[in-house]
Amino acid sequence: MTTFLGIPTAPRGVGHLRGDEPFPVAARKALANTQLRRNLGKATATIRAKRAAVVAELPDWEELREAGRAIKAHTMRNLGHYLTELESQVTARGGTVHWARDAIEANRIVTDLVRATGAAEVVKVKSIVTDEIGLNDALAQAGIHAYETDLAELIVQLGKDRPSHILVPAIHRNRAEIRDIFLREMSDVDPGLTDTPAALTEAARLHLRRAFLSARVGISGANFAVAETGTLVVLESEGNGRMCLTLPDTLITVMGIEKVVPAWRDLDVFMQLLPRSSTGERMNPYTSMWTGVTPGDGPQSFHLVLLDNGRTAALADETGRQALHCIRCSACLNVCPVYERTGGHAYGSVYPGPIGAVLSPQLTGVEDNASLPYASTLCGACYDACPVKIDIPSLLVHLRARHVEETARAHRMASPEAVTMAAASWVMASPARWAAAQSASRLGRVLGRGGRIRRLPPPLSAWTAARDAPAPPRHTFREWWRKERGGRP
Amino acid sequence: MRVALFVTCLADTLFPDVGKATVRLLERLGQQVEFPEAQTCCGQMHVNTGYLRDALPLVRRYAEVFDGYEAIVVPSGSCAGSVRHQHAMVARRYGDEDLARRAEAVASRTYELSEFLTDVLGLEDVGAYYPHRVTYHPTCHSLRLLRVGDRPLRLLRHVAGLDLVELPDAEVCCGFGGTFAVKNADVSTAMLADKMRSVLTTRAEVCTAGDSSCLMHIGGGLSRLNAGTRTVHLAEILASTRDGSAAPAREAMM
Repeated sequence: MTTFLGIPTAPRGVGHLRGDEPFPVAARKALANTQLRRNLGKATATIRAKRAAVVAELPDWEELREAGRAIKAHTMRNLGHYLTELESQVTARGGTVHWARDAIEANRIVTDLVRATGAAEVVKVKSIVTDEIGLNDALAQAGIHAYETDLAELIVQLGKDRPSHILVPAIHRNRAEIRDIFLREMSDVDPGLTDTPAALTEAARLHLRRAFLSARVGISGANFAVAETGTLVVLESEGNGRMCLTLPDTLITVMGIEKVVPAWRDLDVFMQLLPRSSTGERMNPYTSMWTGVTPGDGPQSFHLVLLDNGRTAALADETGRQALHCIRCSACLNVCPVYERTGGHAYGSVYPGPIGAVLSPQLTGVEDNASLPYASTLCGACYDACPVKIDIPSLLVHLRARHVEETARAHRMASPEAVTMAAASWVMASPARWAAAQSASRLGRVLGRGGRIRRLPPPLSAWTAARDAPAPPRHTFREWWRKERGGRP
Repeated sequence: MRVALFVTCLADTLFPDVGKATVRLLERLGQQVEFPEAQTCCGQMHVNTGYLRDALPLVRRYAEVFDGYEAIVVPSGSCAGSVRHQHAMVARRYGDEDLARRAEAVASRTYELSEFLTDVLGLEDVGAYYPHRVTYHPTCHSLRLLRVGDRPLRLLRHVAGLDLVELPDAEVCCGFGGTFAVKNADVSTAMLADKMRSVLTTRAEVCTAGDSSCLMHIGGGLSRLNAGTRTVHLAEILASTRDGSAAPAREAMM
């Protein structure tokens, strides 16, 4: 049993960890979007097949997963130690480390740093964590424009849209939609733009080139930070990240505190796990690593912002903390039958899919995202796909239990569901009561015709809206047994 | 060997033919089956909906009722999965280490039907006869919690007269998910639509599985559409024989 220690969670009113509607409501709208269903089905099936092929190449995949899990578990148990080691190494190599309790503090730190340079534009890459805290909005309020340079992030930004996938934020868009967005939003675009991938990429390249060459400040996230050397690591596919990380004079990296790894040799494990799990490649095209500041080479001013924003609260839950092991590969999204049909927006958080359903509620406090742990059939496909073996189904159940416990604490009146569950438990705790309840359920036979029931009262009407229900049979199994096997036990 | 049947609350109440078929099958294979009448439910619905404290008495009851048996056979991958993967966790959450240990001991002797037949009895040919075109849906908990693998398929391949057709995208969830089917009814039925499409492309007359719950879901959808394919539990197929001692035929679903 874990105890809620009252550690602060991510504050409301800033960032993108909470949706406007509960999952079932948002999901209903997404399900009705046939273009979205088509785009997602096609994209996830493609990535699933690629991942399966490259994972099958490694005979020691299971050992790698276990190694990844063990490194993360060890790091979480000693997080304070590794973070201070990281801080002293980054500082020793000419960088500056800032500690941000939450989104508000992180946004203020970054905005002040950009302001101090006098820049009115920044280029960004690998920015889920900055989307978590709503950094672009904070910068805009300070009159600073942020260019998203990851192609998919750019599509989302230009489309005034929200990302719907951790790795492929514009997965819900097909190329015809992307062409329309570019024609509408890029002032410098060729009006004869076609929807071939090469033409779209070229348009984005020309659009971004000016920003890369003029930007004095770059802002990035990080995949890993090596505590023993103070080295930051970013993996990407396009090379736009490399430009963000090397061209500007000032580089600001915002990183969740769970991204630290103890040592260089740990990257040996994660560099095998991450690309295969995320893009389905043996190795990603660009891996950038930097350590502090190197005179005359790359950014001459480097700031690392270490972000909590609810992570310490997750860490305090011994079961729930596994969610912090996530390396953001998105393999769980691609194999999830719920995600594949609803897409990411229905989850209301920058972290969608199975991992989002266990991470977002912990960052915000379970009650602010109480529908997410229920957004799963517990089919287990996510657990099998996870490169660091996060037992997502068990975490979902754990968070459902936390929700039930917190609801019971907060309300004097038990919910109808809680009453039903307690009654069922009471009935099932006694075979005599159970047999009596079974007899009573036989009354349901009057609803049946030809062995099936077409309409049930709420809440079971949600079942019979699309599915028949079986009419209760004439005899229960135990009645048959007693009749047939009378005297026997 | 003292073999107990844990029939599951769902089969007990709504699908007694599954329980009867399991008894007939095991007896035909020479087992003496007992049905401890003090059994009720494994508590999975409570656990998976978040009501772990309400599941605690059910975990205790299961451990007590099935304590003396060498093997407990369950015609459900999901309920066997709950016993094996959740019972001790529930006990520990509420600080009952003694119950957790007893639950683990009983869980280690709890088998899903296809596991019991293949691993304990060492059988693949159970002498069944079922002259129908059948497709098999591997339910999520049998597949990914229990790892039954191809055990049910090996059993089905040895059934005389049975025309086994492979189910496309077989390993994708049908969308049932317990209370998910009601709490997230829209997503659940979207998943069901895809599962039904896969089932119907096989042109099978019967879709089988090792879980009455998932079959209730798939069968409920097929029945609503009058699709012409019915759902039958694996136990009922394996219990069927040439001399007609099959589980009683049902006209509609299940």
